[in-house]
Amino acid sequence: MGLEGIGARVLRKEDKRFITGKGRYTDDMVVPGMKHAAFVRSPHAHAKIIAIDTEAAKKMPGVIGVLTGAELKADGIGNLICGWMIHSKDGSPMKMGAWSPLATDAVRYVGDAVVLVVADTKGQARDAAEAVDITYDELPVVVNAVAALEQGAPQLHPEAPGNLIFDWDLGDEKATNEAFANASHVTRLDIVNNRLVPNAMEPRATLGVYDAGEDHYTCWTTSQNPHVARLVMSAFYNVAPENKLRVIAPDVGGGFGSKIFIYPEEVICLWASKKTGVPVKWAADRSESFLADAHGRDHATHAELAFDKDNKILGLKVQTVANLGAYMSLFSSSVPTYLYATLLSGQYDIPAIHANVKAVYTNTAPVDAYRGAGRPEASFVLERIIETAARELKISPAELRRKNFIRSFPHQTPVIMTYDAGDFDATLDAATKVADYDGFEDRREEAAKRGKLRGIGLSCYIEACGIAPSAAVGSLGAGVGLWESAEVRVNAVGTIEILTGSHSHGQGHETTFAQLAAERFGVPIDSVSIVHGDTDKVQMGMGTYGSRSGAVGMSAIVKALDKVEAKAKKIAAHLLEADEADIEIKNGDVKVAGTDKSLPWFQVALAAYTAHNLPAGMEPGLKEGAFYDPSNFTFPGGCHICEVEIDPETGTTEIVQFVAADDFGKIINPMIVEGQVHGGLAQGIGQALLEGTHYDDSGQLLTASFMDYTMPRAQDLPSFKIMTTETVCPSNPLGIKGCGEAGAIGSPPAVINAITDAIHNNNLAMPASPQTVWAAIQAGK
Amino acid sequence: MARVELVVNGRAVKGEAEDRTLLVHFLRENLGLTGTHVGCDTSQCGACVVHVDGMAVKSCTMLAAQASGSTVTTIEGLGANGELHPLQIAFRENHALQCGFCTPGMIMSSADMIRRHPNGLDEATVRAELEGNICRCTGYHNIVKAVLDASDKSKAAVQAI
Amino acid sequence: MYETQYHRATSVEGAARLMGEAQDGKYLAGGMTLIPTMKQRLASPSDLIDLRRIDALKGIKIDGRKVRIGAVTTHSEVATNEELAKICPAITSLAGHIGDPQVRNMGTIGGSIANNDPAADYPSAMLALEATIITNQRSVPASAFFVGLFETALEPEEIITAVEFTAPDKAAYKKFPNPASLYAMAGVFVARSGDQIRVAVTGAGENGVFRLNDAETALATSFTPSALDKLSVNPDGLLSDLHATADYRANLVKVMAKRAVAEIANRPM
Repeated sequence: MGLEGIGARVLRKEDKRFITGKGRYTDDMVVPGMKHAAFVRSPHAHAKIIAIDTEAAKKMPGVIGVLTGAELKADGIGNLICGWMIHSKDGSPMKMGAWSPLATDAVRYVGDAVVLVVADTKGQARDAAEAVDITYDELPVVVNAVAALEQGAPQLHPEAPGNLIFDWDLGDEKATNEAFANASHVTRLDIVNNRLVPNAMEPRATLGVYDAGEDHYTCWTTSQNPHVARLVMSAFYNVAPENKLRVIAPDVGGGFGSKIFIYPEEVICLWASKKTGVPVKWAADRSESFLADAHGRDHATHAELAFDKDNKILGLKVQTVANLGAYMSLFSSSVPTYLYATLLSGQYDIPAIHANVKAVYTNTAPVDAYRGAGRPEASFVLERIIETAARELKISPAELRRKNFIRSFPHQTPVIMTYDAGDFDATLDAATKVADYDGFEDRREEAAKRGKLRGIGLSCYIEACGIAPSAAVGSLGAGVGLWESAEVRVNAVGTIEILTGSHSHGQGHETTFAQLAAERFGVPIDSVSIVHGDTDKVQMGMGTYGSRSGAVGMSAIVKALDKVEAKAKKIAAHLLEADEADIEIKNGDVKVAGTDKSLPWFQVALAAYTAHNLPAGMEPGLKEGAFYDPSNFTFPGGCHICEVEIDPETGTTEIVQFVAADDFGKIINPMIVEGQVHGGLAQGIGQALLEGTHYDDSGQLLTASFMDYTMPRAQDLPSFKIMTTETVCPSNPLGIKGCGEAGAIGSPPAVINAITDAIHNNNLAMPASPQTVWAAIQAGK
Repeated sequence: MARVELVVNGRAVKGEAEDRTLLVHFLRENLGLTGTHVGCDTSQCGACVVHVDGMAVKSCTMLAAQASGSTVTTIEGLGANGELHPLQIAFRENHALQCGFCTPGMIMSSADMIRRHPNGLDEATVRAELEGNICRCTGYHNIVKAVLDASDKSKAAVQAI
Repeated sequence: MYETQYHRATSVEGAARLMGEAQDGKYLAGGMTLIPTMKQRLASPSDLIDLRRIDALKGIKIDGRKVRIGAVTTHSEVATNEELAKICPAITSLAGHIGDPQVRNMGTIGGSIANNDPAADYPSAMLALEATIITNQRSVPASAFFVGLFETALEPEEIITAVEFTAPDKAAYKKFPNPASLYAMAGVFVARSGDQIRVAVTGAGENGVFRLNDAETALATSFTPSALDKLSVNPDGLLSDLHATADYRANLVKVMAKRAVAEIANRPM
């Protein structure tokens, strides 16, 4: 590796603009004539819309337009869709209720958008929004998914009788039942995976600009995947054909999944810009984000794990009810199915698994992918039940895991996935050593002398990243392919632009992607620019989520670099009168191996563009594109160990040590990987200790601001002890697995295992707030 | 309408705004200083922190009219003479930012924190003092490192004088 | 936020006059509660009368053990006043833990007391210190000032100008914050002057701050944490919400009271 090549701890190129206040986020954009939008949102969780009176609002100061769903529909704008088809076990397709971007007949959750107001200022738009008079006829409400399945529950969508979207199975039920029949021990567990609000620090925003002269639309938006936004808005929502719609996702202030989806607001602001003749900007307040961003998680699960007399796992049964909220968001159906149940084998050799998932409508905000998406839910089920089993079997939790680890690869699980590489002993050994796992009981005793309850918890997670092989996901119901594209443009003076369909919203692509070119050609990364986030600049891409930018996005760049390198070598061989096979590119020079004949890199580039002396028949220029479609998912895995001390008088949990040993395969920039792990751990620990989303029985969101929804703060977290081990991923050219979600996937069970160990009560809900822990201690007395 | 007169990043500025205009909106919309961000509406996230008369405040919880007559420093004006402020350098060198949205507020709060603790900081103090700033990306690990790094360096610089 | 009209007062008399002229005016000090409330459109004063720049309302004066804190003195000014810390470290520590550093730079003692949020810290100190609330019209003992949730004895045009109290022999404040908002879910201020012991609780009561007489009685017998072991805090009348049920709050009140007493016992002075 060079100073700036693969594996180097290169400081980020993009930081300069962020630390000086020069970042450019969607809400920073100003275009001439721009006006401001405010939405009138439903105050009711479930109601019929009887009448909408906009007359008073239209007369308010500064108002330019007051628009309703009926007008939207009349203009042919389509309903929002879920792009992943799931079939129930009886073969029937999932039952998707209609989701109009602006509600017309009924509202189904608090925050459902009903009317758009456009005015000169944001304040005026809000004033006028209050003047819109909507008559509602309130309907009964259900917020809990299990309750929504009960007979007589309020019904949300006529398309989905009983609120059941699908009743889906994975695995061999018969084989699993047989395995359980032979078990010498069965551990049973009922657990809830709490609903979370993603809360990227930049609230969602969009600016829609219609150019009547060109009949062309531009959409600035807070998106993780602007190309998918354009595709969906063109192909399904009838906003405009792709060649008449440009989507730009500039600097985006965090996403964590919540900015993957195409929400009503982008569609409406584009349409409203044409309707009103002015550019329309909408920027959410945090309170609006709480109501109207897609939430994450929200599973209720019963699981059973069967063991033989030697404590080898025989089988796993899982029944989950997944709350998808009031409407099916873009990828919502994939999260509790193919991103969840396919990971239920974890790091263990489990001969038989059967999972059943019922997806359910409720009068709550839509639920979709949030950091980890399905995989945190799977690892929570498995890592909680195996720790519970170890306690029941009176065997060390580390030992029970070790006894059941998968050790030969490739390994076919009973739930679709084929693990290509891994070394689970390595991460467990590394973590237990650093955590001094074996010395824990002394620390527990010492803490007890100080009146504290000390506990330790393990989690050995696996996840599937590098999403995903297009044909495979297509066969499972995905509406799109999940490849990635790249283009490498070498300019005439040798500087390089890399165009990518991945999108950076904090991940540091402008640095790590440039490191690939630095590694390949020995050029400084300052001479390499990464272009992303604009459908007019980059032809097509699938965006950033599912820890795919490395394994898939960078692999596409590698393919394009291969082509550029091959052509550059041909040109150099011609100029240096050498054999192409003898040409090597090192430290910015193009050399004939074993001789002193060389050309500086820029001269090869220049020769490509002057085209005065190219090999016969060669086209001028040095620019290549590539699409990369992965051959498999990647499988990062690791071991997290959490150690806590609890104040029994108040129930306060302090994390006194958190150790994470992860196997991400090859690493491009360790500094950035560490940052991804830190952030993921904070979100996972946040889920376990702090973050709870609560609706009351009438469907009002009680945790609708940072006053009630506990965001992790610096004081809530420790400094982390993290490390990596490496098994190279054989499924992509760089050998990388991805690191973006691991922290959020591995950590929640480690935290809850630690607390339940400390308080000797295994019945503990997330978030384990002081009150919850205190109550669990009282209940266990 | 309120008449607002401020000295912002060393430059005297005047403007008119509705009385209800928050300082953050005056900075962003009237002055085009979009480095100061709005991440919540309950005065908790700290993305909007600026210095008013030398003290860190949340510019989303102060009217522009209230601030009139004051000296304001925003992230755009933190460095001097084209040089980065030591905290800006420390944030980059310690990878204390990812998406960058909370970063301006984090840096402005940290600058105030270091000013108030001329004898240096420890990890527990830094974590406690960051209670008014929320970051969703970094898990704070590297932010804490960066603040300690900048604090150590500024302490060393003071001792050298 | 609804549109409003902003006025900057330069004297207490001028402020009161502006309030008299306003249709539905509100005094504005640090604004740390009022502005967020207005942003949520839960308050819509026609006029805001800014008191923050009135010189007569500023500053901390100490005369022996007598303390006077001007109404617009910020929490950070109280927290960092070294002279005050010498005679009453409980109040400087309390001020240093209100909200967050940026809130402490703006928020004022007068604003906090006038608002009487049931989860605010200062009211407990005022009650336990038997402070006097000085207004432009009169002096009100703290025991008569805090009336109920967000309710005080203040008349519409009345302005708090200062608070006065005598530093106790010993005092301590312990709070357990709401994990999300960081407001007190239970905050207990214990003050001891000679034989007199006063214990005031904030964050927990349905009607705001209150004195915990049972704890005072128990501590009069023996001023030790263990004297409170048998204390039973009645959850009836305590707040109950997502973050803390009344039972949990009752437990927190007792634990915080014991810890405040322990801090006093362990303090060198």
